[in-house]
Amino acid sequence: MAAASTAMAPPSFRNLLFQRPAAVVALVVFVLIVAACFLLPMLGLTEIGGMSVRKRLTPPGAEYWLGADAFGRDVLGRLLVAGQTSLGIGLGVAVISSAVGILIGLVAGFFRRLDTPLSRVIDAMMAFPDILLALSLVAIFGGTMMNVILALSVVYAPRIARIVRASTLVIRELPYVEAARALGTRTPTIMVTHVLRNIMSPILVQATFIFAYAMLAEAGLSFLGVGVDPRTPTWGIMVNEGRQYIDTAFFLILFPGAAIALSVLSLQIVGDGLRDALDPRLAKET
Amino acid sequence: MSHALIQIRNLSKRFHTPSGTVHAVDDVSFDIPRGSITGLVGESGSGKTTLGRTLLRLVEPSGGQIRFDGTDITSLPNAKMRDMRRRMQIIFQDPMSSLNPRLKVGDLIAEGLRAYGIGNRAERRDRVAALLDEVGLSADHMDRYPHAFSGGQRQRIGIARALALEPEFIVADESVSALDVSIQAQVLNLLLDLREKRNLTMLFIAHDLSVVNYLCDQVAVLYLGRLMEIGPAGAIHKTPAHPYTRALNSAIPLPDPRAARDRTPLQGDIPSQLNPPSGCVFRTRCPHAAPICAAGSPGAHPVGPDHQSYCKRTEKLYGHDVAAAHT
Repeated sequence: MAAASTAMAPPSFRNLLFQRPAAVVALVVFVLIVAACFLLPMLGLTEIGGMSVRKRLTPPGAEYWLGADAFGRDVLGRLLVAGQTSLGIGLGVAVISSAVGILIGLVAGFFRRLDTPLSRVIDAMMAFPDILLALSLVAIFGGTMMNVILALSVVYAPRIARIVRASTLVIRELPYVEAARALGTRTPTIMVTHVLRNIMSPILVQATFIFAYAMLAEAGLSFLGVGVDPRTPTWGIMVNEGRQYIDTAFFLILFPGAAIALSVLSLQIVGDGLRDALDPRLAKET
Repeated sequence: MSHALIQIRNLSKRFHTPSGTVHAVDDVSFDIPRGSITGLVGESGSGKTTLGRTLLRLVEPSGGQIRFDGTDITSLPNAKMRDMRRRMQIIFQDPMSSLNPRLKVGDLIAEGLRAYGIGNRAERRDRVAALLDEVGLSADHMDRYPHAFSGGQRQRIGIARALALEPEFIVADESVSALDVSIQAQVLNLLLDLREKRNLTMLFIAHDLSVVNYLCDQVAVLYLGRLMEIGPAGAIHKTPAHPYTRALNSAIPLPDPRAARDRTPLQGDIPSQLNPPSGCVFRTRCPHAAPICAAGSPGAHPVGPDHQSYCKRTEKLYGHDVAAAHT
């Protein structure tokens, strides 16, 4: 079964993806969020504005579309800037945990002697509750953006490593790997051209999910006060700040909360669409 | 005469499994003369594939020796072995799973050239184009992926890939079994042509004796990892001197269904490799088994020029047949 699917033609996944309208809509939503967060502040279309006691907790209206916070700053402007950090952390975690996970997974799957020790470490790490592990790491090393990214990468790398290891074990036994060895191809080249190339799709799907999980985890950490430095706004920090005014200015947590929900949801749907598109066994009947 | 290209001496391969040790190849010795095609036949599970892999050290032997052109390759360190690998190649059974679906045909065929750093990109492309032409495909096929090809074409790609490093020795592991009969014939003829042109030595692994008879100069018959009989293809076909070879021969379908023939179909299944019978491993299914077969392994019994049977009763059973053939 596994052999048959890896021997399949590379799917033209653009076609497959665009047969799934939900995934396309989600992708558009996510791209819009990213574009808004990075382009609008850069073009000077929004600004946070100085603090102003007079304007504190202004409800959404003509002056402040999404209202003003407890210091009288524009929520919309802050939301977009905070999005840069939140999205940046998500992307950073997805990239770093994938890179680390691929390395560990390939080594564990390829070298039998290292498989047992590495797999036990992976199991042990996955046994920790995600947020608890990240929380302790950030508490130990300090709350900078880089440390949050690294801590969350440590949390999520085992997921990638597991998938990579399992796929490597299957592909390692396929005749084309044996052919490569007979042709004198060296092991690192075999690992990259023959194994990694054939397992990129499950990794891509998983990385998309990790992007979403990491944004959620970052929001959770920030909400708990152990995320990045509170002077750098993130969506989680904004929710945390708004918590105090929940009875008078509900919109303070509504908008950053909605931003988190919308980006995570759209990423998850994109991930689902990718998985369906790349794995023909899950293909929907059309 | 110079020594044979491949000399196999007391080769064994054991696999340790949770339920015991499997002797996939047990004490096998024979030579593959330079420029010849040797057929290796046997049922599924007879160890023929393992033996083929072991010759290239894709599977490490557990005991015995393999000499390639006089050099003992069983004890070569990996770096030296890598230099030797250029001289020996393998063509696989399944033309789909032996080609990486994510690589273009040109990259597949050039893999060996890249691994040994032969030529630059342009030179490798020229080389690949020439190879494609040699196996009956066209140079335009270079930029396509393997899924765009039929089974026979893919097998040709596999052959071109094996030829890229200009090996002297090729193991063809059931290389035509997965193909239609008409395509089989084309691929077999291609292999024969290539042998002629490039003076290749081949080990042709098959379970189909009729294909082997067509192609090979020498035939080795394997059963449960042991050699049963080895000899010139003609002799193995016409005057087989082992009951197992006789049974295999009688299983070849003939074009004329009414033709008279003596059929000795085998009863039962191949015994477990975990617990092979004592003495001659074939005795549990042999129609001529006698008490002496259970005691001690049957050594080689010469029955003709370059023809040996590993059956203690071969003289008694087939002596007159073989003698008649030589007079």
